[in-house]
Amino acid sequence: MAAPKFAFLLLKLISVLPLLVTSFSADRPTDRRILVLLDDLSLKSSHSLFFSSLKSRGFDLDFKRADDPSIAVKRYGQYMYDGLILLSPSTDRFGGSLDMEGVLDFVDSGHDLIVAADANASDLIRNIAAECGVDFDEDPSAVVVDHSSYAVSETEGDHTLIAADDFIQSDVILGNKKIEAPVLFKGIGHSLNPGNSMVLKALSASSSSYSTNPSSKLSSQPPSLYGTAISLVSVVQARNAARIMISGSLDMFSNRLFRAGVQKSGSLNKYEKSGNEQFITELSKWIFHERGHLKAANLRHNKVGESEEPLMYRINDDLEFSVEIFEWSGSSWVPHVSKDVQVQFYMMSPYVLKTLSTNEKGLYHTSFKVPDVYGVFQFKVEYQKLGYTSLSLSKQIPVRPFKHNEYERFITTAFPYYGASFSMMAGFFIFSGVYLYNK
Amino acid sequence: MATQETSQSATFCHAFGNVLSFAVLLLIGVMAFSIRLFSVIKYESVIHEFDPYFNYRVTQFLTKSGVYDFWNWFDDRTWYPLGRVIGGTVYPGLTLTAGTLWRILNSMNIPLSVETVCVFTAPVFSAFASWATYLLTKEIKGAGAGLTAAALLAMVPSYISRSVAGSYDNEAVAIFALIFTFYLYIKTLNTGSLFYATLNAIAYFYMVCSWGGYTFIINLIPMHVLLCIVTGRYSPRLYIAYAPLVVLGTLLAALVPVVGFNAVMTSEHFASFLVFIIIHVVALVYYIKGILSPQMFKVAVTLVVSVGMVVCFAVLAVLIALVASSPTKGWSGRSLSLLDPTYASKYIPIIASVSEHQPPTWPSYFMDINVLAFLVPAGIIACFLPLSDASSFAVLYIVTSVYFSGVMVRLMLVLAPAACIMSGIALSEAFDVFTRSIKFHLVGATQSPQDNAGDTTKVTQNDVKHEKSEVTIKERSSRKSKKKDKENIERPSLVSRVEKRLLVLPLETSVIAVFLLVLLGAFYVVHCVWAAAEAYSAPSIVLTSRSHDGLHVFDDFREAYAWLSHNTEVDDKVASWWDYGYQTTAMANRTVIVDNNTWNNTHIATVGTAMSSPEKAAWDIFNSLDVKYVLVVFGGFVGYPSDDINKFLWMVRIGGGVFPHIKEPDYLRDGQYRIDSQATPTMLNCLMYKLSYFRFVETDGRGFDRVRNTEIGKKHFKLTHFEEVFTTHHWMVRIYKLKSPRNRIRGKTKKSKLKSGTSISSKRSGTRKKNPWQ
Repeated sequence: MAAPKFAFLLLKLISVLPLLVTSFSADRPTDRRILVLLDDLSLKSSHSLFFSSLKSRGFDLDFKRADDPSIAVKRYGQYMYDGLILLSPSTDRFGGSLDMEGVLDFVDSGHDLIVAADANASDLIRNIAAECGVDFDEDPSAVVVDHSSYAVSETEGDHTLIAADDFIQSDVILGNKKIEAPVLFKGIGHSLNPGNSMVLKALSASSSSYSTNPSSKLSSQPPSLYGTAISLVSVVQARNAARIMISGSLDMFSNRLFRAGVQKSGSLNKYEKSGNEQFITELSKWIFHERGHLKAANLRHNKVGESEEPLMYRINDDLEFSVEIFEWSGSSWVPHVSKDVQVQFYMMSPYVLKTLSTNEKGLYHTSFKVPDVYGVFQFKVEYQKLGYTSLSLSKQIPVRPFKHNEYERFITTAFPYYGASFSMMAGFFIFSGVYLYNK
Repeated sequence: MATQETSQSATFCHAFGNVLSFAVLLLIGVMAFSIRLFSVIKYESVIHEFDPYFNYRVTQFLTKSGVYDFWNWFDDRTWYPLGRVIGGTVYPGLTLTAGTLWRILNSMNIPLSVETVCVFTAPVFSAFASWATYLLTKEIKGAGAGLTAAALLAMVPSYISRSVAGSYDNEAVAIFALIFTFYLYIKTLNTGSLFYATLNAIAYFYMVCSWGGYTFIINLIPMHVLLCIVTGRYSPRLYIAYAPLVVLGTLLAALVPVVGFNAVMTSEHFASFLVFIIIHVVALVYYIKGILSPQMFKVAVTLVVSVGMVVCFAVLAVLIALVASSPTKGWSGRSLSLLDPTYASKYIPIIASVSEHQPPTWPSYFMDINVLAFLVPAGIIACFLPLSDASSFAVLYIVTSVYFSGVMVRLMLVLAPAACIMSGIALSEAFDVFTRSIKFHLVGATQSPQDNAGDTTKVTQNDVKHEKSEVTIKERSSRKSKKKDKENIERPSLVSRVEKRLLVLPLETSVIAVFLLVLLGAFYVVHCVWAAAEAYSAPSIVLTSRSHDGLHVFDDFREAYAWLSHNTEVDDKVASWWDYGYQTTAMANRTVIVDNNTWNNTHIATVGTAMSSPEKAAWDIFNSLDVKYVLVVFGGFVGYPSDDINKFLWMVRIGGGVFPHIKEPDYLRDGQYRIDSQATPTMLNCLMYKLSYFRFVETDGRGFDRVRNTEIGKKHFKLTHFEEVFTTHHWMVRIYKLKSPRNRIRGKTKKSKLKSGTSISSKRSGTRKKNPWQ
């Protein structure tokens, strides 16, 4: 009776196993299962180039209408997806159990998110963006207009299709290959709080752009958003390394703009194909942790000449410190090579700050002398670099003063005093002998 | 004289008296031990209060790691991140004593735990202290006074308060060491024996090991020596009693790591060296006086005095310049506040904030030494009849200790032995007179009173009889042994004593007086037992309260510490006001920022500033110190008055002393400290208020604080940077965790909120507000 039941359980377990293995983990940070929420399932075909590029990179895409009542990202406390793509700018509320809180919790538990808004984006999408530090133009009908760097087309339009080429300067985020062609963008702009260090402009508008309702007349008041303050596409890396991409345009993901040729107004260069595909693909690689994900391991330290890690150092000890840093290449961990990793020997403030030298195989090491101060120190590696996940390691290590028998026993400068004491002792001895027996 | 008469009965009485006094001393020891067991019987066998927990932890370390590791111990679990070199900053006497006791017991296969040994160290040493008192008083005024004093000391409430079972503090062994050092000093002074002088230096060394109060000895003894010299009582015995003590004692004291070079460099020790010089000069003068003729001596004196004055002034000027160049004039803060009682409150709030450093109130004298306060003057008078070297020391001891006890309430402890000695002398002398009168009337009618020898034996017999009838007062003993001492030491005083013996009071007066004295003693005993049982036995980590529905036990402290030790990581740091530092390290085994060893004022001020700051600023401070948990003690729910809100003004004061942006007037409304609706906004927004009263209104619906007897000012508020993780059963200890920083940073929330409020249902905006922090 029991045996078949057990075999059945085992079978079930085995069928679950690959799912567990392929899911997001610290060891394999690339996402696997992605939920795509669409306003309309027709987007599946109109944006198929974007989706197929994801699929070809090994992602499992799960398409749902945004108001599908069966939407659930979480079951029994476990997230069923590693990433979420919201191509549903006009959805007022999600179907099923997902709501804004759910999306934010999803992000806060370390998962990634791509949000595309559009003109007349719903408050739901606006609020999600605001929670991530991105403020869309409050005027619901406003779009980004640019009369000097629009994309030239056959019909003279209202200059809302923008050819933007002001990318973020980061090979980590946008890949090594330079994006030659401008990116076609049609949608709403947003602004970022300059005090917010986590959100970055991946694609910003030109200085001649502004955000307004193209059908209404320009008022005498300046528009609320204008110039380079407008961000078209922004990326956020949260403290827990969750990555978010927020775009003001749904169209920029579409097959039509992927394939379209582009000529920026005032420029003679005409490109056969817009930069959209390259831009979106590279950005999505970054968002889904195929690039720029670091891990540190094997933080070690020991006294010079020893290999064991001590429980405590003594002041003025010489020590060696090493840490290994690897970067995720999308399929495996490769050594991260950089010349600017530093270690701090820290007790309320850094007493030692040294740049680590690397052996190009991921190992970073240095050696230094423990300062002449005792206390509870920390080895701290704080590595925050644009595009990379931030590394913040610390390891506590107490530093003790000399033991009572570790001081020098005889000091040359004190020899007069030694002489004084011994001569005094000898003198006292002789005096006692003479005094006692000289009668 | 009795010994000259080798009659059978006298020898028998002599032996009988010795055995009896031995038995009485044994019983006194048993009483001293057992009267301190109320805390174990009424509560349990636990370490009490704050400092004992540290001593207990150190003892544990000592028994586990040995003496050398203890000596070199750098503790990384306190004063994070500075750490503390415990081996070099602790008085090791108590710890070594208890550790040795434990080792001896274990080697005898008596498997007691370290905690048990620590709990019972104080009672054991109080028995030793009463025996030392017997010895000291015997040297001063004879065995009768010695037994009386020992019995009084065994149960004096002031000493009980510091030495009940579980009160494992330095004072527990230090009082014994103090009395024993004085005994050996007087013994040396009386005998002139170099052997006792050496023992005296060793006893002094033990005292230095045990307690910072050793400076009292090293100042009192020079004072006495100076007094003897000034009053013309210089003798070679005095020299032998003093000079070896200074030399050996200072050398030995310098061996204790915590004292080290302080033994020769601080002003506390200055008096002893000055007197050391003076006694040598005096000795030289006496020597020269002995070998020169009077005329020559006069010439020599004028010569030496004129030269000596010049040298003295030069040396003095150099010394004054040296001392004046240091900011505190070479005195430690605690010592300065002894000399100038207002010093601490003016300059060092951290010393003034400790309740035991406050001056005592008058009732506390009656509470702590009870009837002894009335007997002391009589004892002083008795010491002057006649004045010997030893009795002048006793007088000096009581006078100085009365002054010091008036400055600092904890120094009542030093007064107690002096008061016991004086009262012992007074009672003993009084009984002496009264019983002699009674005996004279009953027996003396037939016998000649002039027969001194016969008289003495009779007194002895009479006293012994008296003893049997009086159970409560066991101070009677052989007059003979006392007499023998007197003959050896104070031959001149014998004459006056003999004359005094002839003073006889009427029989009725004597009987009534004896009766009244016994009544006084009985009253004292009743008071002492009451104090031991009710007032001084509470361990303060377990509280009890009696109400109409029975006894309530508040075990919140241990509940909180147990929670910390079970639910937090080993290396997590816990911030609290320094009072709870020792307990947290000892009971919860977690790293603390500050503790009761208040060696770093800035660090304490940092914690005080954090507690007085608004949430965000406090979070920043705590985060910079790697603090994970914040612990506050809150008594408003059950009415426990010594909670953090009542200590809060000290936090503000100490914090403001270092960080001037914290200003005490901001927390006071018209100079009044209040937490009700009249409180200042700074007060209502500071971290301590918020952590204490968070969710408090949920208990009774209106937030009534039972300690301050008022409704709190701000009842409904949320914490943004801290989250409550644990609150004990009676709300006495509340533990908060620092929230980690936000995972995301929101955009311009106000605008989007306004927007969502206008267009989206209110339900959504309500949920949005809920989770600002991840």
